[in-house]
Amino acid sequence: MPLLEIRNLTVSFDTAAGPFMAVQGIDLSIEPREVLAIVGESGSGKSVAMLAVMGLLPNTATVKADRMAFDGVDLLGLSPSQRRRIVGKDISMIFQEPIASLNPCFTAGFQIEEVLRFHMGMDRAQRRARAIELMTLVGIADPEERLNSFPHQMSGGQCQRVMIAIAIACNPKLLIADEPTTALDVTIQKQILDLLVSLQAKYGMGLIMITHNMGVVAETADRVIVQYKGRKMEEADVLSLFESPKSNYTRALLSALPENAVGDRLPTVSDMLFEPAPSAARSGSPTGAAS
Amino acid sequence: MSVTVLEGKNIVRDYHVGGGLFRPSRTVHAVKGVSFTVQKGKTLAIVGESGCGKSTLARIITLIDPATSGELFIDGNKVDIAKDGLTKEMRRKVQIVFQNPYGSLNPRQKIGDVLGEPLIINTDKPAEERRDLAMKMLKKVGLGPEHYNRYPHMFSGGQRQRIAIARALMLNPSLLVLDEPVSALDLSVQAQVLNLLADLQDEFQLTYVFISHDLSVVRYIADDVMVMYFGEAVEYGSRDEVFADPKHNYTRTLFAATPRADVASIKARLAKKKAA
Repeated sequence: MPLLEIRNLTVSFDTAAGPFMAVQGIDLSIEPREVLAIVGESGSGKSVAMLAVMGLLPNTATVKADRMAFDGVDLLGLSPSQRRRIVGKDISMIFQEPIASLNPCFTAGFQIEEVLRFHMGMDRAQRRARAIELMTLVGIADPEERLNSFPHQMSGGQCQRVMIAIAIACNPKLLIADEPTTALDVTIQKQILDLLVSLQAKYGMGLIMITHNMGVVAETADRVIVQYKGRKMEEADVLSLFESPKSNYTRALLSALPENAVGDRLPTVSDMLFEPAPSAARSGSPTGAAS
Repeated sequence: MSVTVLEGKNIVRDYHVGGGLFRPSRTVHAVKGVSFTVQKGKTLAIVGESGCGKSTLARIITLIDPATSGELFIDGNKVDIAKDGLTKEMRRKVQIVFQNPYGSLNPRQKIGDVLGEPLIINTDKPAEERRDLAMKMLKKVGLGPEHYNRYPHMFSGGQRQRIAIARALMLNPSLLVLDEPVSALDLSVQAQVLNLLADLQDEFQLTYVFISHDLSVVRYIADDVMVMYFGEAVEYGSRDEVFADPKHNYTRTLFAATPRADVASIKARLAKKKAA
């Protein structure tokens, strides 16, 4: 049974100019212990789709799906309070801006212990012990000391580690990482990616990596979904995606990587999108090779 | 015959952090004696992590901040803004493009005015001429005359970065400092902006100082590379030298940390995962 199964997910936002479709009929499933990467540019709906799973979208959003089930439980049929019992415990998420996603008014320790109190019902001493264990696990030196630090007293990489500690505090079955390293330096990015992948392997979590960085995909994913303007362009395992991309859009994305530059100019996505692919019979529209 | 546009000799910049009642004041050495030269029409890339002093160096080269010590030559003339102040002529020679195109344009200023403002401040060209020049520049950076009367919020990130580049070029600078110009942009837009920069360099023989932390971008655009670490230039050489044979440990760490997106390294990773 897949850990998370989504069929025909549509998310639209009410705007002054009528409804705006951010996600248009996405299918997605992830097995336990799998690392799935969702790749796309800004506006491709990759974050919105996952926020819909988490139930974190604002009231202006309308979420529709034929099926959205986590571990066999239909998420759409749950009451908000039942859903809150799952979100943060069995499914958890880390966000792009580590410093902005922690509450500046509370210490790191308080924010880790808050999750443990709410979901696990631990008493004070247990929470403290578990928080120290988690801080050690995510590689923060001096955990006892650091529990009393406020977010502004830590670096971006450390804040992201605290976010990861909060996310894995209740041993989730699925961890969603939304651009977890975009705001970080490359050397710190490497450490955070290594940490996520090792935690994923150690605890057998499912991991969804949302990213726009092809390098991050290549370094972490088992399977990849490429999204563009709210639609799925391509789904493949990581090796065949890089070896023989099927959709024009994926091919365009890969050739826009500076390291793949041929000659002294880079091909851009718009150059490639409207050229017929050598193998595809249908061409022209960016959705051509997606079906 | 190559002409040296920019030369820095042993540039140092210290910041004094004022103490309070219970804290003594201290000095932060942001840049610790960095030297470099850039020839006309070439690109020097400065690479490093946040906090390594690369943006401080950019501010010194752009003549926003003075260096604490050291000598800076632009077009062969020694510049010291702490002593001599800044002339309009010097201001025209160096321009900068910032990282965040959402923050670096005034939301209440139309694009035409954005592009005209450097001319108002630094030249005495009449309004009509300013308008003509702005229109021409819009076309050069891949926008159109219809964009002249629009406001920044009506543009995408890539288009805004084009506007920021256009504004920097309005005064025909000989040196353009680009402080992480593409790190806020999507991959495909990043490619377009990098191509634009390459086109403009060919057309105007521009000299770039390109600040970035993205090694794949640097490898693509740079002629020379300088790697900074805690205020020092730990590695400085031509692109091919630095990439082929990194000397300093930190440079090697940086290379090792950069994610690889080629098929061979994916295969290696998957094999390793299977074995584990």
